[in-house]
Amino acid sequence: MVTKRLEGEIAPSGGPSAVVRSVFSTVGILPLLLVLAIVFFAVQEPRFYAAANITNVFRQSTYLIIVTLGQALVLISGGFDLSVGAVIAVTSVVSARFMSRYYAGNPDGEVTSVIVGIAAGLFVGLVFGLVNGTGVARFKVSPFIMTLGMASVGSGFALYYTGGSPVSGMPPLFTREIGTGRVFEVPIPVLFAIAAIIAVIFLVSATTWGRYLYAIGGNMKAAFLSGIPVGAYTASVYVLCSLLAALAGILLTARVSSGEPNLGASFPLQSITAAVVGGVSLRGGEGRIIGAVLGALFITILTNGMNLIRIESYVQEIAIGVILILAVIIDRLRDRWRV
Amino acid sequence: MTAAQASAQSGPAPSLPGERGGVELLRLSAISKHFPGVRALSGVDFDLQAGEVHVLFGENGAGKSTLINIIAGTFPPDDGTMTLRGQPIRLNSPHHARQLGVNAVFQEFSLVPTLSVQDNLYLGREHQRAGILDKSAIARGTRETLELLQFHLDPKAQVGSLSRAEQQMVEIAKAIQGEPSILILDEPTASLTENEANNLFALIERLKIQGLGIIYITHRIQEIHRIADRVTVLRDGQLVATVAAGDVSETRLVELMIGRSIEALYPAIDYQPGRMMVRTDHLSLTSGRVHDVSIEVRAGEVVGLAGLVGSGKSEIGRAIFGLEPIGHGAVEIGDVPIVHPSPRGMLDRGVVYVPPDRREEGLVAMRPVRENMSLGALGLPTFSRFGVLRRRLEGVSVREIARRLNLRPLNVERQVASFSGGNQQKVVLGRGLTREVKVFIFDEPTTGVDVGAKVEIYGFMKELCERGAAILLISSDLPELLHLASRAYVMHRGEIRAELVGDALTEEAVLANFFDRAVDAA
Repeated sequence: MVTKRLEGEIAPSGGPSAVVRSVFSTVGILPLLLVLAIVFFAVQEPRFYAAANITNVFRQSTYLIIVTLGQALVLISGGFDLSVGAVIAVTSVVSARFMSRYYAGNPDGEVTSVIVGIAAGLFVGLVFGLVNGTGVARFKVSPFIMTLGMASVGSGFALYYTGGSPVSGMPPLFTREIGTGRVFEVPIPVLFAIAAIIAVIFLVSATTWGRYLYAIGGNMKAAFLSGIPVGAYTASVYVLCSLLAALAGILLTARVSSGEPNLGASFPLQSITAAVVGGVSLRGGEGRIIGAVLGALFITILTNGMNLIRIESYVQEIAIGVILILAVIIDRLRDRWRV
Repeated sequence: MTAAQASAQSGPAPSLPGERGGVELLRLSAISKHFPGVRALSGVDFDLQAGEVHVLFGENGAGKSTLINIIAGTFPPDDGTMTLRGQPIRLNSPHHARQLGVNAVFQEFSLVPTLSVQDNLYLGREHQRAGILDKSAIARGTRETLELLQFHLDPKAQVGSLSRAEQQMVEIAKAIQGEPSILILDEPTASLTENEANNLFALIERLKIQGLGIIYITHRIQEIHRIADRVTVLRDGQLVATVAAGDVSETRLVELMIGRSIEALYPAIDYQPGRMMVRTDHLSLTSGRVHDVSIEVRAGEVVGLAGLVGSGKSEIGRAIFGLEPIGHGAVEIGDVPIVHPSPRGMLDRGVVYVPPDRREEGLVAMRPVRENMSLGALGLPTFSRFGVLRRRLEGVSVREIARRLNLRPLNVERQVASFSGGNQQKVVLGRGLTREVKVFIFDEPTTGVDVGAKVEIYGFMKELCERGAAILLISSDLPELLHLASRAYVMHRGEIRAELVGDALTEEAVLANFFDRAVDAA
């Protein structure tokens, strides 16, 4: 995919700098950053490349990858979603509450209670997505305000709903099998992430929905004049993003074995950073899903590495903020260099 | 006239001692400028004497705007040198240019709509006393300037509430206020009535006498004969010729502009008017910009829609395609009344609208040609099944269309933004070929398009028409409209002023209906 685009875009007249620019403008700076981060941490801390840690990184990254998939879709459509963290929190407490209540009433109905809980969690995602989508597409509220508002609504609701304390009492099928289980040595959350990546890549590259997404993000007026129902498609992107966040929320809840009203607060910023580092444009219409996935992997490797070399979590937050801003600056530069 | 001159001499307008006709104000040598995918100017020479009107003439996209933007300091040239009164200069910004006495009135206004006329005139150079705005001095200065120009405007009126013509006057007043030695006017009469235009010409005469150099862009040959001293003709970013306005004929000018004889530019179309395809029945828009308009377009004909900017001609095309809310009246497609036109519904009925501004409404610039061309037709079975794209068929059919339209370079995977204006326009037009279309609404189809691509676009329209499509051509390019349309409506202030058919469709007849009737009577 990458090489194909490269062939088309190398400028006919070009010294080495033109080639560098061309590579940079197509694949971005991410592959370089990934290599640098891996080499740096491997040199600093041998435990970093231990087999156990590598599996660990992959498992840790799944939640961010799933959220970033949705975030990337919204970014490509020309918006962004700051409420993904709140969706995770609300999903966590609601699915945990439904699951534990049902399980308490029917100790034999382990499978049914898990299904009830997951359905409740996905329903939360659906509601958030519909509200965000309706606000942005129908009432033309800016995505920033709409999703910021819903982020506040969500985190407030999660605390109110639980009184601030975690929800426990979920069946072992959920906490043990889905949370920490493995199939063929692969952790179950990783399988979910792989399925989500494949589904989203298919949606984006092989369906009319995906094509319309890029058109709407690239030039909404042109899309409208081409007969695309812009409002419905825009709304559907927010729904899909919230559903993916809800899925991540459910998997995280299983992982931590309780419904946590404080879960997911770091996700909005991290998912936007991951997508932008991965080459998705903040102005819409541009970016590839695989780039966003690698971006999420990069952010996870970075936090994992910083944990291993004992960088304080406060300092880590500083690092994420700086990386986001740098990524946006690079995105701008890339735009200028392309011409 | 003499009284006006006298008042101009004594007024606060620029007085530039020592600068009279024959003194060189400005010289540009070998100026070049590139934009992504476009060579806007290459090696152009230009000079301006004090006390002359130097007209820049050329088609849209010939490089006129680029040249005046360089002179006005909007952006620097890539190559070439500029001297102002013999001194080499390099302009950093429009502000810098203004400080050196170069003021420009562009077609796109640089006014703040929420401020009053006088606040706009003094924006950035307010009279102050001890750091406090001297409002009475500002008001006085504004009155004097407006009086000098004989513009009847209320200095306290909010600019946003003024008509386009009035805003144009404010823009001109603002430029004069800066006491320039070089004044650039970019199609200043495009939205003025004949009366207002006459005032402007009188003003230009007065400014010439005072030694100003005026660079004037126009598409109207009558204006060249009326006010120009010299004419510089540009074509495709290159200097064609600089000639004295006195000794050049109209046909010669047009031939210099398009680079070939007029006959070779416009194809002869074989019109075969057939079934009624589109009709508006006493159409009025809620915006009030179109009032009680009834037009019809039949299969196999090209119907022109002419009028000044703001006459409502563009809004009719947009209303038919569902882009403007309809107040009263109806739109009919092939005898079927359409209650709420929408782009989707119209596309399904075989109506395509080609918007005037490719970048704004037509193209998704960062996506490849393939995706842009197929965008309006992806829902059709040729391009997708159950929402899944048929990429191979898409590629085949888009490449076929690109070949038919002679897209250059013929690479449908290239980003649209990297194509020239003419080829971008072909991409927009190509959309009409991805599905079955019976009605084409072209809104300014050749703005910013080079001559070669223009010929191809006209040929494309001929082919469509002769195959039985109905074409509504909305155009401000009068020669284009006169040569391509078999019938034309002339719009004036939101209403149809005239319908001209066959031999009655002449430049004089169209122009006579552009302006207010009162002027004709006067």
